Amino acid sequence: MTDARERLLQVRNLQLHYRTRRGTARAVDGVDLDVGRNEALVVLGESGSGKSSLAKALMRLLPRNVARYSGQVMLGGDELMGMDDERFRSGVQWNRIAMVMQAAMNALNPVVRVGEQVAEPLRVHRGWSKAAAMERVVETFAIVGVSRDFVTRYPFELSGGMRQRVVLAMALITEPELVILDEPTSALDVLTQASIMNVLKRIKREQGTSFILITHDVATSSELADRVALMYAGQVVEQSDARDFFHHPAHPYSKLLMDSVPRLHQSEPPGYIPGEPPDLIDPPAGCRFADRCPSRFGRCSEDPPAFELNGERRVRCWLHEEGTDHDG
Amino acid sequence: MTAEEPLLQATNLHTWFELRQWGFLRVGSVRAVDGVDFELGRGESVAFVGESGCGKSSLARTLLGLHNPSHGDVIFEGQHLSELKGEARRQYLARVGYVQQDPFGALPPFMDVRRLLSEPLIIHGVKDRDERERRICQALQEVRLTQVDEILPKFPHMLSGGQQQRVVIARALLLEPAMLIADEPVSMLDASVRVEILNLLRRIQTERGLTLAFITHDLSTVRHYADRIFVMYAGRVVEQAPVEQLLDNPQHPYTRALLAAIADVDADNALDERDVPDGEPPSLLHPPEGCRFHPRCPQAMAGLCDRQDPPLFEPEAGHYSACWLQDPERD
Repeated sequence: MTDARERLLQVRNLQLHYRTRRGTARAVDGVDLDVGRNEALVVLGESGSGKSSLAKALMRLLPRNVARYSGQVMLGGDELMGMDDERFRSGVQWNRIAMVMQAAMNALNPVVRVGEQVAEPLRVHRGWSKAAAMERVVETFAIVGVSRDFVTRYPFELSGGMRQRVVLAMALITEPELVILDEPTSALDVLTQASIMNVLKRIKREQGTSFILITHDVATSSELADRVALMYAGQVVEQSDARDFFHHPAHPYSKLLMDSVPRLHQSEPPGYIPGEPPDLIDPPAGCRFADRCPSRFGRCSEDPPAFELNGERRVRCWLHEEGTDHDG
Repeated sequence: MTAEEPLLQATNLHTWFELRQWGFLRVGSVRAVDGVDFELGRGESVAFVGESGCGKSSLARTLLGLHNPSHGDVIFEGQHLSELKGEARRQYLARVGYVQQDPFGALPPFMDVRRLLSEPLIIHGVKDRDERERRICQALQEVRLTQVDEILPKFPHMLSGGQQQRVVIARALLLEPAMLIADEPVSMLDASVRVEILNLLRRIQTERGLTLAFITHDLSTVRHYADRIFVMYAGRVVEQAPVEQLLDNPQHPYTRALLAAIADVDADNALDERDVPDGEPPSLLHPPEGCRFHPRCPQAMAGLCDRQDPPLFEPEAGHYSACWLQDPERD
């Protein structure tokens, strides 16, 4: 499917390690990802699985204690990792890849009208006139469902849902090819959450934008996902089509995670995964999920590579080794 | 006291917060809890569900005696909460355990687990050190922190989120409460741990015959952990029913909207937009006339819903809904 659709982003063996007092934390440890044009890839993972670090690595928004930052990132044919910081900042960051950070709606400047804040990238980076930038702000507000009267309001005058839309408009204003959303609805109420997801669906349909949606919430992820990449301890353990992932998960961790999702109309109670995720500083040598895995066997003391199933599915688990043998 | 007598009764409960300008000019009241009546039986698990700002946490804090009700009262084991003073009030607080939303924020960072679990026992007069140690170990066993010797000397930041929440639950159980109030006990935890903590609460509740009141915004988790649900909107209970009846046959348009906004995980979810009522919950400072949901309600009836406050109707036995649509004398 990805080949039929044009491939927008291709990530290979991405590494982002941090120096800490206790040693090197491998937050992102050999991640491969693909995002097609007009596709929504959901990066699913529990806290500490490295999903936010992955977003930062793609945006090159790095803290100072980076120990290692390497790999290959191709965006529409351009290799990004080799680009120097100045070119990346002027050409890619916020222009071709934009991001809505976690809790960004609480980080709006309280003393600047929201319209001016949203217009800022155009005014500062592209030198647009105020009138032209404001016109674009009004257009973008229409896309995210904010009325034009709100342009002159201050953040405190807006509700949480409206502020989240404003932050979304800020990411869309430069018409990026790829928008990364880090937990865009986690602080919002159920109804507001649903209406923000509606807005995202509409943008994807009408504007053709590609998304990487980062979340820990399986139910939210199903509202937008074309494909799902599940992270565990810094690695992507399964990457599948959304339909396969939600209905026939392949990796044992995916299966347990799907079983732990409460369902409204289900008579048996949801399950849970005993144990804790491993420490990223000194992760276990073999499969990182082995300690908690009900189907572990001898082979699991070795680190499994990502096995390909049916061409489109990649699963990092020895149980699927035979699958590759059959396919080729 | 008969078995049928409820453990806790809230009668016409109001918790209003006065707003003052410059510290003295009264400018109005935030009606966080605005006329709520209910009874909680012994050994019953109930869930209060609603969006943020609907008054559910204010209600919890009122039940805990942290806010004084502006009108109405809470009656616990036959005693009026507003009349409890001094020692009697302390006794009451020992009978009601509290599990907060944010386990890390709920645990003092400078105390190790042994010390922070000893504290409530010391305050409530357990002077014997061995007796305290025994009760602490028992409580930790009960929340399945079985490596007691490893846990006791640890400080909160050395524990995982799930372990922290277990310590909070253990602390709530130390004084042998009759009731446990859990305010969003799992919303800060990871999905895989949530179910474990909810199962734990449910098991403790049934084993000890506790009354469990849990406050949540997440309707999808309540089915297995509560017997009855109260749906709150803008300071009021708008619908109240046993879990199955409420989830399978919701009556109030607000409950229906909430249920329509969440769906079971399915790849098709990405294809369709969901029905979401327009607008936002009303200001609790100036709630709308009539039914508080009418400005957003797709079925609002002009001349009725915007004028008169609906009482609780009982469309089926044990199922209450505050909506004019359920008025048996309509048309």
